[in-house]
Amino acid sequence: MFDSLSSRFDDIFTRLRNRGRLSDKQVDEVLREIRLALLEADVSLRVVKAFVADVRERAQGAEIHKSLSPAQQVIKIVNEALIGVLGGEAKGLVPVDAPPRVILMAGLQGSGKTTAAAKLAKHLRGKGRRPLLAACDLRRPAATSQLQLLGEQAGVPVHAEPGATDAPAVARRALEEAHAENLTDVIVDTSGRMHVDPELMAELGAVARAVEPHETLLVCDAMTGQDAVNVAEAFLEEVEVTGVVLTKLDGDARGGAALSMSYVTGCPVKFAGVGEKLDDLEPFHPDRMASRILGMGDVLTLIEKAEEAFEADQARRLEERLRKAEFTFEDFLEQMQAVKKMGPLSQVLGMLPGMGKLPIGDANLDATMPRVEAIIRSMTPRERNDPSILNGSRRARIARGSGTSVQEVNRLIKQFEQVRKLMRQMSGGKGRARAVPGLRLPPGIGS
Amino acid sequence: MITAVVFAVVAVAIVVGLIVAFVTTTRARSRQLGLEEDAEGRVVEPEGRGGVNVEPEGRGGVIAPPAAEPPAAPSAAPPVEVPEAVRPALRDRLARSRRFLAGRVRDALGAGLDDDAWDDLEAALIQADTGVGTATAVVSEVRAEARAAGVTDVDGIRTLMAQRLLARFAADAPRALTIGPPPSVWLVVGVNGTGKTTTIGKIAADQAARGRRVVMAAADTFRAAADEQLEAWARRAGAELVKHRPGADPGAVAFDALAHARARGHDLLIVDTAGRLHTKVPLMDELAKIRRVVEKEGRVDEVLLVLDATAGQNGLAQARSFAAATGVTGVVLTKLDGTAKGGIAVAVEQELGIPIKLIGVGEGLGDLEPFEPRRFVEALLG
Ligand SMILES: Nc1nc2c(ncn2[C@@H]2O[C@H](COP(=O)(O)OP(=O)(O)OP(=O)(O)O)[C@@H](O)[C@H]2O)c(=O)[nH]1
Ligand SMILES: [Mg+2]
Repeated sequence: MFDSLSSRFDDIFTRLRNRGRLSDKQVDEVLREIRLALLEADVSLRVVKAFVADVRERAQGAEIHKSLSPAQQVIKIVNEALIGVLGGEAKGLVPVDAPPRVILMAGLQGSGKTTAAAKLAKHLRGKGRRPLLAACDLRRPAATSQLQLLGEQAGVPVHAEPGATDAPAVARRALEEAHAENLTDVIVDTSGRMHVDPELMAELGAVARAVEPHETLLVCDAMTGQDAVNVAEAFLEEVEVTGVVLTKLDGDARGGAALSMSYVTGCPVKFAGVGEKLDDLEPFHPDRMASRILGMGDVLTLIEKAEEAFEADQARRLEERLRKAEFTFEDFLEQMQAVKKMGPLSQVLGMLPGMGKLPIGDANLDATMPRVEAIIRSMTPRERNDPSILNGSRRARIARGSGTSVQEVNRLIKQFEQVRKLMRQMSGGKGRARAVPGLRLPPGIGS
Repeated sequence: MITAVVFAVVAVAIVVGLIVAFVTTTRARSRQLGLEEDAEGRVVEPEGRGGVNVEPEGRGGVIAPPAAEPPAAPSAAPPVEVPEAVRPALRDRLARSRRFLAGRVRDALGAGLDDDAWDDLEAALIQADTGVGTATAVVSEVRAEARAAGVTDVDGIRTLMAQRLLARFAADAPRALTIGPPPSVWLVVGVNGTGKTTTIGKIAADQAARGRRVVMAAADTFRAAADEQLEAWARRAGAELVKHRPGADPGAVAFDALAHARARGHDLLIVDTAGRLHTKVPLMDELAKIRRVVEKEGRVDEVLLVLDATAGQNGLAQARSFAAATGVTGVVLTKLDGTAKGGIAVAVEQELGIPIKLIGVGEGLGDLEPFEPRRFVEALLG
């Protein structure tokens, strides 16, 4: 893994903190780091250049906020610009007046079109629509069978013509079937193709002309590198792209390709694939993606909020605990109260560097917090201060008392022990906050 | 001095970290066990599976005891003629996509060797996906050498760049595939969609053409129709195939295929595995288990990691994780027939010491070539 942007900012922050106005030189300095961070996140160089130039212009014209430090200001602008390029608010599919709505899936080989098509079908079905999947990848061996199987799993009909070779014709007949059956959507899966393969690109154009899609989704692997711009440009020439689907976002790729694709196509990323199951499709959140690409979370806001939420002596007490590795459930409970003051946990999570890529999916963090709290509150003070006495019968009692399951209680205790272990490692080392995985602090604030 | 706010932030991290861990383990377990989650994200555990420490390995481990499922009759089929579009030679294809760097060098030098020119050279390498680290290092090495040797012309700089890049590939790295006394076993691994199955088809065809008897194991029992896809390639390549039913234990498929290979006197067993993200611990464990199962009765001579040239910096993280889980012996770099340059291969070989062995340059049976560092670097530079 590469260093996160926030760690790169270490020096700059130290120098910039508490200085008044933002000079051109300071803007340049921050922007150089942003440029590197974007490149390391696989944003295509051309897009990086254009993007950085755009930010520079905005930064120079920007009003000076009293409440923000100069570096904070640049980063705020960068963040807003990133979110803007990625499409602003999360966006859904275009509505159509007369069904069926035609959705064409396009992309390189192995980008995840077939899986994304099936996920989308299931998603639409879940919303009460009646989609049809059209198997128009006639090239890859067993692609038709794959879609048929996935359709079955999703409970969505599939128009397939095994052995057929004329993709546009198959697509057209799928559309006819949708009309005849009164279906609401047709999702057309196509072969993966290289953007430099003229024959195959022409075939894609022919499929598009055959069905005149309302929505053409360019499916892009989150791991894609610099080539994303070339790919996006070539597909744009052949079809009218209306949105991007970013797949395999459950890995640890920073996903800069999303920015490249959005920038070149001018289209928002509409969905993100976050797993191999058919339910693993999420609406895309540009704000989360912006932090992920920058690799930094919203450290500045985090620090500010933490400063507000924790009393000074409370933090000092914690420091002592950490040093002696004596952390207890009692301390944890106290911390939870402070963190609650900082806002919804899901939001706080977004501020932590490195946490953005955790595979939480759409799990409801804020609903979990009270459960954890209930478990701890069902412990006796002695148990909270000495978890080692928590035997089976105590755990069962706690589960009953908190309305949770013994498994949950076990899990919490296990994880708590891991945190303690981590603390012992920290206190054994230099005792710096850096030992917390995924968390890096600008030292202007830290040491 | 450590200030209080650091610890406030640490506290936040601890709270968030714990809650996240709590939520994600709940989800991970429910995914593996096929449990349902209710509206609040709580796991609804079905009767009889309430054990606290049930941690099945990987996907599909729950279904069908492999012993009860005899392998489908291996389908030996005669090689089938594959209709293939006439494809331009590799050299042309590479050249078409790679001319830009030469242009870069010329552009950069046209204006004299100032800082901007060197920045442009660095940018060119970055655009080839070498990563900022490699690009900066190469350029600063070339810069120092050029200054020392007084080199200022396009060809001279280009030669220096090629040398510096080439130096990152071990000259004596073993790039040929190792085949021991029969049956030799090769595992093929990688993240989703990189080209594992296709590469296996190509490798099998190549080995068959060298007179070897090849059998494939359809150990991707997870992805829909993966076995059917591999079967098509087995037919094309003139290889046999051993498969179980979907969802079966992949280790068992590999194990049975090995027994089959031994019984029939095959030279080579190639195991196709399901694509998996390198960040998913249970799935990486599953891969290690497949290897262990094979090694109970046989010998794994190659573990080939298939990397997609289109992918960027994440390729390095992939290589690192797969190497740790299965001991990767070589990399196959696929999809070099596009405009992506696969520059991350430089870092993979240099930093991890894993040799790049083969390249994929298309979707046809013959679109597989040995990796030659010199040609790769030449292509990279135009
Ligand atoms: N252009 C090109 N396409 C390739 C190459 N290698 C594989 N592909 C294509 O990439 C797509 C994915 O290939 P597969 O062989 O199915 O990949 P895989 O790694 O087995 O995929 P999963 O098993 O789903 O993880 C297919 O459409 C292949 O035809 C290559 O070298 N060049
Ligand atoms: Mg496969």
